[in-house]
Amino acid sequence: MDRTAIIGVGMTTIEAEKRRETFADMTWEAVNKALSDAGMTIADIDNVVTTSSDFWDGRTISLMAVGDVSGAAEKNVSCVEGDGTYGAFYANARALSGSYKTTLVTGHSKGSQCVSSLITNAAFDPIYERVLGMDMITASAMQANAYMNRTGVKPEDAALVSVKNHGNALKNPMAQLPMNITVDDVMASEMIADPLRKLDCSPVSDGCCAVIIAHESVATKFKQKPIWIRGLAFCTDSFFFGDRDLARSKALTEAAKKAYAMAGIKDPRKEIDLVELYDAFSYQELLWLEEMGLADYGKAAARLKAGEFNLDGALPVNPSGGLLSGHPVIAAGLYRIAEIVLQLRGDAGAHQVKKAKTGLAHGVNGLCGQSHCVWILDKEK
Amino acid sequence: MAKRVAIVGTGQTFHKSHRPDVNGQELINEAVQRALADADLTMKDIDAILIGNMDHFEGINYVDCWSVDGCGGVMKPVIKITTGGTTGASLAIGGYHMVGSGMFEKVLIIGWEKNSESDTTGAITTAFDPIWDRQVFAGAISGLAAEAQAYMARFGASDRDGARVSVRDRKHAMNNPHAQLRKEVSLEDVLASPMLADPIHLLDVCPRSDGACAVIMASEDSAEKICPVPDWIWGTSAHNTYSYLGDGDWGRLTSMEQCAKEVFKKAGIKEPRKELDVIEMYQPYSFAGLIWIEDMGIVGHGEAPQFVWDGNTDMGGELPVNPSGGVIACNPIGATGLIRCAEAAMQVMGKAEGRQVPDVKFAVSTGFGGCMWTNMLLHGKRKPN
Amino acid sequence: MSEIFKGIEPMVHNSKISVPYSWWAGDTASKFFISLRDARKIIAPRCGKCGKVFMPPRKVCPTCFTENTDWVDVSDEGTVVSYSVSRRQLEAIPGDKKVPVIWGLIKLDGADTALLHYLDEVDPGSVTIGMRVKAVFAESRTGGIRDISHFKPVK
Repeated sequence: MDRTAIIGVGMTTIEAEKRRETFADMTWEAVNKALSDAGMTIADIDNVVTTSSDFWDGRTISLMAVGDVSGAAEKNVSCVEGDGTYGAFYANARALSGSYKTTLVTGHSKGSQCVSSLITNAAFDPIYERVLGMDMITASAMQANAYMNRTGVKPEDAALVSVKNHGNALKNPMAQLPMNITVDDVMASEMIADPLRKLDCSPVSDGCCAVIIAHESVATKFKQKPIWIRGLAFCTDSFFFGDRDLARSKALTEAAKKAYAMAGIKDPRKEIDLVELYDAFSYQELLWLEEMGLADYGKAAARLKAGEFNLDGALPVNPSGGLLSGHPVIAAGLYRIAEIVLQLRGDAGAHQVKKAKTGLAHGVNGLCGQSHCVWILDKEK
Repeated sequence: MAKRVAIVGTGQTFHKSHRPDVNGQELINEAVQRALADADLTMKDIDAILIGNMDHFEGINYVDCWSVDGCGGVMKPVIKITTGGTTGASLAIGGYHMVGSGMFEKVLIIGWEKNSESDTTGAITTAFDPIWDRQVFAGAISGLAAEAQAYMARFGASDRDGARVSVRDRKHAMNNPHAQLRKEVSLEDVLASPMLADPIHLLDVCPRSDGACAVIMASEDSAEKICPVPDWIWGTSAHNTYSYLGDGDWGRLTSMEQCAKEVFKKAGIKEPRKELDVIEMYQPYSFAGLIWIEDMGIVGHGEAPQFVWDGNTDMGGELPVNPSGGVIACNPIGATGLIRCAEAAMQVMGKAEGRQVPDVKFAVSTGFGGCMWTNMLLHGKRKPN
Repeated sequence: MSEIFKGIEPMVHNSKISVPYSWWAGDTASKFFISLRDARKIIAPRCGKCGKVFMPPRKVCPTCFTENTDWVDVSDEGTVVSYSVSRRQLEAIPGDKKVPVIWGLIKLDGADTALLHYLDEVDPGSVTIGMRVKAVFAESRTGGIRDISHFKPVK
């Protein structure tokens, strides 16, 4: 298979409410930042994949809002609905299929413009479940209980994820919630759905991220040092919670295994230098790390406590502050990719980690991590 | 290296106005089972799934996740592509790139819609900009009426010309057991049917349907082993030219022209009228059957009415259009573009049964939607170079 | 933000998508709901190939990818696999439910997969994974999932 690389990234600041910007305004900003980062003009882009959700945007055919500002008017274009990592997966396939050389992929969301509880309630089966009134938070609480019951991990242990990530966000100017907090602060915050307290949950956010993926034949033609895509895979588990083992995430294990195999990674714990993962809730960082094989099952909390996942730890996790510090749904996974790119280039600024050759970016679709997408990026080809 | 890609199996439901006997997942399953049977494959052979519909027609968020019981996606990669009316065609193009990239050997592509479950017009209206267009615009029909009016004014066409296209497609549908509306109509029937938005009569437009379509694509490494005559994809194109209603060049479909130029250039097709053998066009209303074949480059501007009146696009004519009966005969929106692709593939594979056009070497399928957007695939019997 | 927009008041346009939906339950779910409504009995389809009994009912076995043909009775008692307690009156919660609302994932005896439903008549703090519960049927039943009112602890 041919190789591809990420040659430009652009992101808006993540904010609770971008009152002055429409979807198009945010996308315009992210696209232009990515183009300028890559040293390209829109004419250098030969096709576009946007990522958006008709539900979150409150608009049928939601891609219509961002076509013009993505420069799609005269280009081939398509739209993935789901997390940005999936949009980027398709964008990468288009750069590999021989049809195109440079794909611009965008992901945008404005959580501030809709009611998250109702939007995520619509992800439940309309015939058997929806009327019961669960949403993303109450569903995740159910997963947190299953996970904690199985592993013996305590809410206080998970709270430390929130402390670490909000702390990391202090060094990331793009983050929405930089905060110097303690485990006690998390445990004193409002209980929303046992065991999830307010500071265990990611906030409602607005933001847009854009990434440019290039085929190897043109990857070095522009300004930026390419960050190579070494492995990527996604996988979807059963829909009904009662069909899955909620305390585990089989689909993530499978996606990670495939991505490692494609990247030629034999021992991920040794070969992966840093991780940006989808910590929509504090317990998820622990569970996802374990299911990706980066920690033993039930043991991530102990390693977190030992400081291993800190910015200066053995395996920095979410040095950007993660989703807990800003969660523009749909765009969130694309932000993870962009953050890894900046880290591997050495451009992450105050939250730059020391050793950054190989990084992992992670995105999620659906409730309680039904579907996962894993990317392995590398400084070297 | 990029792989060449072919369609090796297709499956469709028997499309109906409403299917109370199945829920969405079960409807999807019918099409998937038929496509697997057509290709003589099982779910184990499938490496990835692409699925799409239009969210607000069923009101289900994360359809890729919700549908796995029906589509066979448990513990497989499942991804959702959605682009409005073009969704089905966008899915086919997505499948082409996923296989072409070398990431997956065999992919299953599913488009579906249960339009009976909601208010189609209410949902479509939310497609337009909430601050500008949405407040003054309702449904799809007003945009199409504007196009037809503009075309008639510019090229002197009449509502009889449009009706002739509807008569053709409804006749063709008689040969397609999957079509929802199978009733021949006369020119007079069309013109006497209720006026929806001048000059569009009820019998000029598509219905709304419950239906699903599944297509299996494979790379050159296995396509010919699966299928004796695979349908090779020669090129794809997608142009979303406009974002606001007022941006369009009304009476012309610029996006169709852009797609046709791009795809025909890739395949070295210079005279599409002669070199194409059949067209399955996403033609949601009759007048598009005139305007859009001009934009595709089959005939010159203003020449389509005569070309159609002369029978050239009928079965047995020089270049049959919509042997399946097209969108006027059934329209499960998220599936509709993929049904065009499947029908074109069946023509190339020689599997179109009662609606088969003899000896198809090249076929075109299209998708339409959004704000006058076009998607296109070129299908061929010969393996691309 | 460019200079020319300085001091511009941001206008907001409030709207709501109100599209009515009528989801056809399909033959499989309808059979299940009719049994709840008319007989207060919980029934489930079983895969003829792998023998798995599915709750909630579905037409096709997702693993074998063949149509389920048999139906079996499952118990109205089962075990809590996991649960969730909402303390905040989130927007998705139906109007007739006041917090704390408890949802349980309940594996009914005789079924291989667990059903999502309410837990009630129990203190939220005393719900545990592994707890035994029993279905309480609604007095007025209309042929939907809420024909089961909730599950309560087995004394």
